Amino acid sequence: MALVPLAFLTLFFAWPVVAIIGLGVRVQLFDTLTSADTWSLVGFTLGQAAASTVVAIVAGMPLAFLLARCRLPGRGLIQAIVLVPFVLPTVVVGLAFRGLMPGGGVWSIVLANAFFNVAVVARTVSGLWASIDRRAEDAARALGATRLRAFTSVTLPALTPAIGSAAAVVFLFCSTSFGVVLILGGAEYRTLETEIYLRTVQLFDLPGAAALSILQLAAVVTALVIGAVARKRRQAALKLSGSKETARRPVGGEWVVVGVAYGVIALLLTPIVHLISQSSLAGFRALSSTGHDNSLEVTGFRAALNSMGTATDATVIALILGVLSSVALTRLGKTAEFVDVAMMLPLGVSAVTVGFGYLITLDALPGDLRTSPLLVPLAQAIVVTPLIIRILLPVLRSIDERLRQAAGTLGASPWRVWLEVDVPLAARSLVTAAAFGYVVALGEFGATSFLARPDAPTLPIAIGRLISRPGELNNQMAYAACTLLVVVTVAVAVLIERFRTTVEEF
Amino acid sequence: MRKAAVALLVLVTAAGCSLATEQKPSGEGQKVTLVTHDSFNVRKELLEEFQKSSGITVEVRKSGDAGALTNQLVLTKANPIGDVAFGVDSTFASRALNENVFQAYQSPDANKRYQVDDTNRLTAVDIGDVCVNVHTSGLKGVPEPKTFDDLANPQYKDMLVVESPATSSPGLAFLLGTVMRFGENGWKDYWTRLKANGVKVVSGWEEAYNQEFSGTGKGARPLVVSYASSPAATPDTKALLDTCYRQIEYAGVIQGAKNADGAKKVLDFMLSQKFQAEVPEQMYVYPVREGVALPEAWQKSAPLPGDPEATLPAQDVDRNRESWVNQWRSLVQG
Repeated sequence: MALVPLAFLTLFFAWPVVAIIGLGVRVQLFDTLTSADTWSLVGFTLGQAAASTVVAIVAGMPLAFLLARCRLPGRGLIQAIVLVPFVLPTVVVGLAFRGLMPGGGVWSIVLANAFFNVAVVARTVSGLWASIDRRAEDAARALGATRLRAFTSVTLPALTPAIGSAAAVVFLFCSTSFGVVLILGGAEYRTLETEIYLRTVQLFDLPGAAALSILQLAAVVTALVIGAVARKRRQAALKLSGSKETARRPVGGEWVVVGVAYGVIALLLTPIVHLISQSSLAGFRALSSTGHDNSLEVTGFRAALNSMGTATDATVIALILGVLSSVALTRLGKTAEFVDVAMMLPLGVSAVTVGFGYLITLDALPGDLRTSPLLVPLAQAIVVTPLIIRILLPVLRSIDERLRQAAGTLGASPWRVWLEVDVPLAARSLVTAAAFGYVVALGEFGATSFLARPDAPTLPIAIGRLISRPGELNNQMAYAACTLLVVVTVAVAVLIERFRTTVEEF
Repeated sequence: MRKAAVALLVLVTAAGCSLATEQKPSGEGQKVTLVTHDSFNVRKELLEEFQKSSGITVEVRKSGDAGALTNQLVLTKANPIGDVAFGVDSTFASRALNENVFQAYQSPDANKRYQVDDTNRLTAVDIGDVCVNVHTSGLKGVPEPKTFDDLANPQYKDMLVVESPATSSPGLAFLLGTVMRFGENGWKDYWTRLKANGVKVVSGWEEAYNQEFSGTGKGARPLVVSYASSPAATPDTKALLDTCYRQIEYAGVIQGAKNADGAKKVLDFMLSQKFQAEVPEQMYVYPVREGVALPEAWQKSAPLPGDPEATLPAQDVDRNRESWVNQWRSLVQG
């Protein structure tokens, strides 16, 4: 079952990346690897990624609590808002942070990275949190534990797999963040990602880029292996249950956490509101046009439709791959960790490397995929699949194996077991994963900018283009397009939330 | 309500599916694939007109900037992704020529003045000068600067914002402009003066022009490195014509093109009176063809800078670029 996703990964990720790195491998590799400049790059890259990950987790946990455990009005909307940062193009968010924190510097990079990734933590952790049986906690409380004690000794250990999962993803995203570092680093702070781009695209220094790509891969694999080991020690079967019984009105000290969560939401909204305030009525009207002096080849609305179409395809492909991998990962023995790490790799490799890799490999496939519009959703699926695995896997692994065994003993076929045990318990996470994946695909910029055809740009690509051309109308239109992206995201999230409640009633 | 939501979701999914709605271009006539960068723009009607008169459907493929484009052409040399390429500029020309990406073709309409290669593998299509732009009323009574030297004058302290040559193409052009003006030995000196005068460095044009520059209404700095053409789109600004660096954009028929004959016709089309006349408003650059009038607004606010020699030889740029940028980095940001 793991073979399908692995084959896909090999074809659309491993092969292109190995080919492009292979082009650059020379003796000179060692010069780059041993230079002090390179190692300060590695240090800064990992340092800012680690700091961003910590900030994202600290800010994301109260949100996860709010989403998983509290029955409060407006919960669906909050769930949607949390997703918004993910779809905003990094260029625009970078500019918004620049406007809010004119000084720039390391902190603005860390905060902007965290801004993008709080959603990963909130979504991944709340998925598991909502399924954990509340009674263990209540028992601890009944035995005299304080709320905090009950959390640290009962709930937190149970959540660790999800937190580890989220941390791994956030760390990868942050260590390869490109636009944010470029804009907020003021050309002064550099990471492996920006340097690989510079060497590949501007200087044609393929050997240098190859050396840095290898370092990037090594760093990513190390981080993933550490994450996997940490998760493994914590993995244990949990008693999962449906969401109805786990969410309730907060009581007592829980209100403090809820307050903190609202604070985080307010902070998340600040850059978003800043962006929306830059758009204007003229900008919105312009969305039905192609911009000042026809800056776009299609109208803004057409670009939005392209975005939604491509994201749908990408999500469907990624769901198939993600579910297959997750199910396989729960069944595989020792090789599971290997497959797990492999599926995560695309998040940690530069989009430039993959994009140029496609150019020199995919023409060998029938139909010259290099120029096919199909390539965009395929490339997006590569990025989305690991996220889906990360959301599904903690839940699937927490399912008590004895439930499956019991079903088996009662005469159910493996397929039936899966349908009757795994699916109902994981359904909620599956929908979460789909929504999240869709939103990520909607906002994906790196790979898409390489592959999208000019007559079919996605909305983030159109925004990037509008903002890079003079003319006040283009500027306003770009911000209006951002607002449109926010609206589409919120609408999709709310819609899926409704859909999810429907699923649960089946 | 819930049923409706589900139905809507299904509908969105079905309607949104891009794979199902993909259309095949009609198979009539021949097809030429034009590989270019993100800034390429042409009016649809003009392409349709060309299609009618020549029978050639032009399929445009854009990716990245001039650097990404050149790199792409080099990497796909063995199995090219198109027939004709537009957008390799003077900075990247020698790289493309050394790698033999293009085949020789002398278009009857080529302007010899901008010839870069003896064998005509590249043909100049447009000129784009990078110049310091000034927001006239943002100067608050200080007289307009004129030259590179003026910019280092304390009168203009904390007024200039530039793009990093490491990450931005106008930023690189400005650096090259200072190398040309002050020579191999003098440019570092000049940048030391600029630094002391409070020059601000940002990573890209978007940020410099839309956020830091006062001419677009948001920033605080009245001087910015941009294009000679920018004032045509932004009122109350103008280009300082003595601070310009000339960048020429070329087109060429790709070596190993599947449809080389068609590619040649497309190249001729790009040099035609009609295409050239629209180049300013479509791409914010100047036509190479002699006798093509600029749009009226341009004639007033964004005339073509006079000095055609304001550029360094392509080989020099190719050879020294990395070391200049590195030296610049340790000087200005170290």
